[in-house]
Amino acid sequence: MELDFSQQIHYVWALLPEIVLCVWGMIVLIAGVSGKHQDADDGAAGDPSFGPKSDLGWLTLLGILLAAGANGWLYGVNEVGDSSMIAVDGFRLFANWIFLLAAALTVLISFVYIYRLRLQAGEFYALILFATAGMMFMAGARDLIVIFLGLEVMSIAVYALAAFNRRDRKSAEAGLKYFLLGAFSTGFFLYGIALVYGATGSTNIAAINTSVASMAASPGLLVVAIALLAIGFGFKVSAVPFHMWTPDVYEGAPTPVTAWMSAAVKAAAFVAFFRVFLVGFDAAYDTWFPIMWWLAAITMVTANLIALVQTNVKRMLAYSSIAHAGYLLVALTAANENAAAGMLFYLLIYTLMNIGAFAVVMSVAHQAEERLYIDDYAGFGWAQPGIGLFLTIFLLSLAGFPGTGGFMGKIYLLQGAADSELWVLSVILVLSTVASYWYYLRVAWVMWMKEPTSKDQHSLVVVPLPMCLALIVCVGLIIYTGIFPGAAIDFARSSVQGLGSLGGGMLGLGL
Amino acid sequence: MSGAYLPLLLLFGVSILNAIGMVAASHLFSPRRDTPQKLMPYESGMIPLGSTRARFSVKFYMVAISFIVFDLETIFLIPWAVQMRELGWGPFLAMCMFVVVLAVGLLYEWKKGGLEWD
Repeated sequence: MELDFSQQIHYVWALLPEIVLCVWGMIVLIAGVSGKHQDADDGAAGDPSFGPKSDLGWLTLLGILLAAGANGWLYGVNEVGDSSMIAVDGFRLFANWIFLLAAALTVLISFVYIYRLRLQAGEFYALILFATAGMMFMAGARDLIVIFLGLEVMSIAVYALAAFNRRDRKSAEAGLKYFLLGAFSTGFFLYGIALVYGATGSTNIAAINTSVASMAASPGLLVVAIALLAIGFGFKVSAVPFHMWTPDVYEGAPTPVTAWMSAAVKAAAFVAFFRVFLVGFDAAYDTWFPIMWWLAAITMVTANLIALVQTNVKRMLAYSSIAHAGYLLVALTAANENAAAGMLFYLLIYTLMNIGAFAVVMSVAHQAEERLYIDDYAGFGWAQPGIGLFLTIFLLSLAGFPGTGGFMGKIYLLQGAADSELWVLSVILVLSTVASYWYYLRVAWVMWMKEPTSKDQHSLVVVPLPMCLALIVCVGLIIYTGIFPGAAIDFARSSVQGLGSLGGGMLGLGL
Repeated sequence: MSGAYLPLLLLFGVSILNAIGMVAASHLFSPRRDTPQKLMPYESGMIPLGSTRARFSVKFYMVAISFIVFDLETIFLIPWAVQMRELGWGPFLAMCMFVVVLAVGLLYEWKKGGLEWD
């Protein structure tokens, strides 16, 4: 099928996955308030993975599956003309796979958590679907205004999700903090859009590219605009000078939401960041190269150093997610096709290993917000060898141990950096990775080498069936991509081809 | 060129002089007989003392949010309704979708008990 964006109706086909998700979100929302889901008894016996409290979760998964089908269908669609606001290219569709995978995994791991904390299931799942739709808008946007709309659709849902556990003070604090700082960063972002419009006369990324390429040198207005957009995106990906909210919000938000935020929200922000800077500001590479270089360097170093001294596991993983944002910023600094493919590959692997790690953290925390300190993991490995092994694999992958997907991801990021000859940045990446081994492996050491403080300390750890499914998917894909990365990286490479071709822009301008 | 803005500058000048003049004149000429009521920041208004954490029932916020939703609906619907015939079917379908989404929201609020006062 061919899409001709001069006809309005073709936008509907181009946005089919998003529309499916939005409609399904409304269905889940209404299903949540009708029927008998509302007042499930906390003390009821039985497996909560099935039955009235969980059928909303399965309903949500069905919606995600439908959206995935629509996303697959878009591969058979070609666009005609190039003046559209929505991109139908491999880059967007690959990013959509990441979001849908993250959404499905998050839904799978939150079944029992919602049940135990008596959260409102319908609203929870509906907000996840709406946020996913917002992320897809960001990934598919070819116009700064659409990116902004997607950003808001995503962010507002995630603000509510961060504060979702309304009986918990920390959760309320997380939601408020994220909302206030997010509103500030949105202000920066919008101001940046306004100045881009002032400097180039358009908000369309392809038109911005043409306009920037025709300028002899970047005018002051454009420099300020680029800096403001970098601040807006830097906040969402939690790069270091703008990371202050991350540990508090990640610690206070409900654990499945933290998993979701650290994986999918970051992926969405990075994908939009990439498209704006590599396609839109391609010709102004000299202007934003030093900004990104320093952002990447201080993000990697600072986050890894602070993570070394954390005692709370969620906080440690929050700093780890900041550090991973730093690794991904290296790909952005490199700005070539290999780096873009490496970023997509890394985002995929990062989603798997991070959600997996948070899933195990949830089981150790008794599917609630208890036992979140590293000392609580003493003897956990021998008491629960199955998921103990899984957590070890996730931690090794986050650290970048050979044989796991995280290792291959770092290799491809380094390859992208090498193509642009960013030697110093590559050395910082490797050294900060080495430093990160300490705090990842400390958890592994505590859980395998230390004696538990009491005999039945880990006997209450439950891994319900849906979470089991999610964990197996995560571990399987991490090991598979760690040993046979070919298929995934080839897919990522073919997905980024032609990303910069729209405005005549060239990726990989280099230095 | 800059002469075009001269009236504006004059307007600003006169406004500032007027404001200062009124305060200064009343200060100079009016008799002063202070009473405690007159010395309050907002004369004959609310007493601006007490806890800043006055508590309202959450129901008021629910009503306020519902009001804003339907207020905005009106703001979007009226300009379209004025031009409905000229705009044709495309915008009609778009407005239908908009109203359906709002209706789903209303249904949700209703089911959730947001329309009941008690």
